[in-house]
Amino acid sequence: MDEERSSMKLHITVNGADRRLEAPPNTLLVDLLRRQLGLTGTHVGCDTCQCGACTVHLDGRAVKACALLAVQADGHAVTTIEGVGSAQQLHPMQEAFRDCHALQCGFCTPGMIMAAIDLVEHGVPLSNRAVREGLEGNICRCTGYHNIVKAVLQGQKAMAAADDKQGAV
Amino acid sequence: MHSFDYHKPSTLAEAAALHQGAEDAAYLSGGQTLLPTMNQRLAAPSDLIDLAGIGELAGIATASGQVCIGACTRHAEVAASDAVRGALPTLASLAGQIGDPQVRNRGAIGGSLANSDPAADYPAAVLALNAVIHTDRREIAGDDYFLGLFETALEPGEIITRIDFAVPARAAYQKFPNPASRFAVAGVLVADYSGDVRVGVTGAGPCAFRALAFEAALAESLDPRALEGADIEGVIFNSDLHASAEYRAHLVRVMAQRAVAQLL
Repeated sequence: MDEERSSMKLHITVNGADRRLEAPPNTLLVDLLRRQLGLTGTHVGCDTCQCGACTVHLDGRAVKACALLAVQADGHAVTTIEGVGSAQQLHPMQEAFRDCHALQCGFCTPGMIMAAIDLVEHGVPLSNRAVREGLEGNICRCTGYHNIVKAVLQGQKAMAAADDKQGAV
Repeated sequence: MHSFDYHKPSTLAEAAALHQGAEDAAYLSGGQTLLPTMNQRLAAPSDLIDLAGIGELAGIATASGQVCIGACTRHAEVAASDAVRGALPTLASLAGQIGDPQVRNRGAIGGSLANSDPAADYPAAVLALNAVIHTDRREIAGDDYFLGLFETALEPGEIITRIDFAVPARAAYQKFPNPASRFAVAGVLVADYSGDVRVGVTGAGPCAFRALAFEAALAESLDPRALEGADIEGVIFNSDLHASAEYRAHLVRVMAQRAVAQLL
């Protein structure tokens, strides 16, 4: 067994809250989120950077939390699926996934939604093909993707409408 | 993942000293290959030296006839850069085809080239776009950089700092991606330097290589049909569950023909 290396002090903004944390250097960001912070909405599917179930936002961009050390997030802002909406008020992309029945078992869904939000926020207006290319880093083993693509396109419209509404207030 | 000591130096000299002083150190750039490899316990460095704190490794600049990219520049930044899209759109397009969006948001050019995966995209660009690889010790011509399977001209502890690409008159990259990993089963970048044609091939052999027979044929006639009779010699094509050597050789020709058709 490896001897445990001493913990490092980390300062990470998680879902908008300032967190002072400690973790050994070999802690993955996904394990810090799930085990220390109890944010179990971020899933571990493959642990080898392939399936995308662990997708979170680092400074607003989608990354795979299993291919990132917790210490690499030190001084940065992390957003997880828990940070984008609540059970009472879903994010427009979450609402679209529910509306389009874009999930069956739901395991890949948090990662899909985090990837989809980044796609909409940082991409050009999406076509069906662009959504499929944009979700190349996320694997779903149930749905066949059809309803996921439909949901992302609907979520894109809903996010734009929500932005317009906010802009008008 | 095995345990290790983590360091985040702020200068190249500090990074190199840490590397020299450690038992079995690895530099950490984007980490999109290294960390999954460590997760699988296929690598267990004693020390990780994170290069993210070294300012001079970041950034994109264009100079006369060159596009210069700092080693820690992420694939997504290259793909979205107005400077790269303006001066060398083929390179921006290539960067946008690496892996998937999450990988492109983390993975960096220096790490990709230091790793030299035989199916990575950037090596085709380094060869076809006559790149110079700058390190903390010297400059390495792209033509002298790739030596074999995961083997480069880098010495132990040497750090890539910047890659300078020579801007061609026109260029195009065509890739046949593995549908799951998006790595290149075969990828070909054809660049026309006003009559002098360079062809970089990735995914097909133990490391990226220039297709000299294709270059000669295209210098005669820059036309996809010119490649029909040209055969690449001296390369042992990869053969694996994704594609046989014969199929890869065929794909290289087809990708090269498509690239020529695209740049015309």
